[in-house]
Order: sequence, then structure tokens, then C-alpha cells
Amino acid sequence: MATKTYAGVNVEVTEEGYLTDPTQWSKDIAAEIAKEEGIDLTDKHFEVFDYLRTQHEKGVQLTIRMVGKSGITDIKGLYTLFPGGPLKKSSRISGIPKPTSCV
Amino acid sequence: MAEEKKEMPLKKVMIIVAKGTIEDIYAGLVMANGAVMEGIETKMFFTFFGLDAIIKKRQNKSKTSTVGNPAMRMPGGLPFPTLLGMLPGVEAGVSAMMKSQMAALDVPPVDEFIEMIVAGGGELYACKLAFDMFKLKEEDLDDNVKAVITVGELYEMSGGEGTQIIFT
Repeated sequence: MATKTYAGVNVEVTEEGYLTDPTQWSKDIAAEIAKEEGIDLTDKHFEVFDYLRTQHEKGVQLTIRMVGKSGITDIKGLYTLFPGGPLKKSSRISGIPKPTSCV
Repeated sequence: MAEEKKEMPLKKVMIIVAKGTIEDIYAGLVMANGAVMEGIETKMFFTFFGLDAIIKKRQNKSKTSTVGNPAMRMPGGLPFPTLLGMLPGVEAGVSAMMKSQMAALDVPPVDEFIEMIVAGGGELYACKLAFDMFKLKEEDLDDNVKAVITVGELYEMSGGEGTQIIFT
């Protein structure tokens, strides 16, 4: 557990840099975490975050297959948006916990 | 943040699938998809009965063997007698159950799983020896298969620091 400052806000993060409290998340925080991951955010990224956060609130165990079927983008698109970590990076930037699914 | 780790990150995996039961095929596919999702370069090599995973007509019809599988259990957890596994329809029933249990965890059918792996940059290869032995044709194979290659070519692709060959 550690405290980090993103966009002037102090937030608690896990050792791997995931927010411990998704409600602390904001678009500005997302932009700064994305910068750490080397990603420039677009509207498409935020659509994915919306989807992930909504599903996470519902208690769904997320998979890339679900995101690929969400209508926002397909799986290839997801890899393009979040190179090298379609589910992990997108989860981290959207302020939800590290994915717990194996698919 | 975490202290500095001295581990070498895994950069490339070569995943070999040589058997054609549901669980053998999926073990390889889950490992490969997981690797792609971690940003690890991933190549799969299908050989012998593992080729079923990339044969269009068979890839979604794999079965779990209900004989000679001492680890298999009944739904309640009791051991599954091998004799029972020989009865007509039991293998089909068990296989359908395996698939439905995996579908409940959002594990896709084999053809779609392959699409996902390829969408993430993973590559699929068929073993030339087994391909010739089973008298297969290129058109029998899933369109996502990149090439039919020899074992020598597999090793040529396996170079580079941080590469592992995984035989499932």
C-alpha cells in the first residue's frame, strides 16, 4: 500500500499501482496514470473506462472477451488502445482493482 | 512501490499443444491468451492430436476422456468409476458439462479463443510431421494458422533472451 499524488489528489494505491478506492478516480487521475503506462487517452479509452467501471460496480469479474463484446471496440481494438495489457492496463487506468480472471 | 526485483521478465513463450482433449487444448489456449494479455510474444505449435485444435471441422468438438482419468469426479465430488465412463453417451455428457462450466467463466469456444489470441498478436503454427502423418491439407486448418513448420523452424523462432518453451 502506498500513497500517490495524481492530478494534485492523494490516492491510495496497491504495490502494483492500482487505486484501492475506485471512487477516488477522476478523468484527470486517469490521464496521469495513463501517462505512466505510456498511453495518450482518447474518447475511446474513456468509453472503455466507463464500461469497466460500471461492470466492476455490478460485481462482474471482467474478461477481455466481455470488453470485446461490449460494442465499444473489438479485441484487436482493445490491444491497440492498451498495448501489452488490454485488461490490466485498462483496469489500472480506470481505477478499478487488478483483474482476477484468467481469460 | 515494490523493491527492485532481480527477476528477468519473460519476453517470449512458445506453447506446444500435443494432445487433443478439451483440457489439453484449453490448457494451451489459456496459457497463450494469458501471455498475449501480459504483452509477452506468443507462438503456439500444434502437433499430433493437438492439431485437432486448429482443424476447422474438429476444433469445437473436442472431448474429455472419461476412461483412464483417475482424477475425474462426479458432480458431488465422488470418484468417477472408469467403467461408467465406457457407457455410451457418458463421454459426450461429461464433455458438454466441461464446456458449459468453462463458458460460465467466459471461456470461449476454441475457434473464438484462437481469434482472441491472434487479435492480440499471437501466432499459430502446425507441426509439419504430424500434418503429413495425418494427411491433412492446408484448407483443413483454421485460417488463423500462420504456417506449417518443421521442428527445426520452431527452434529457430525460439531464440532471444527471456524465451521459454512450454509443453502443455
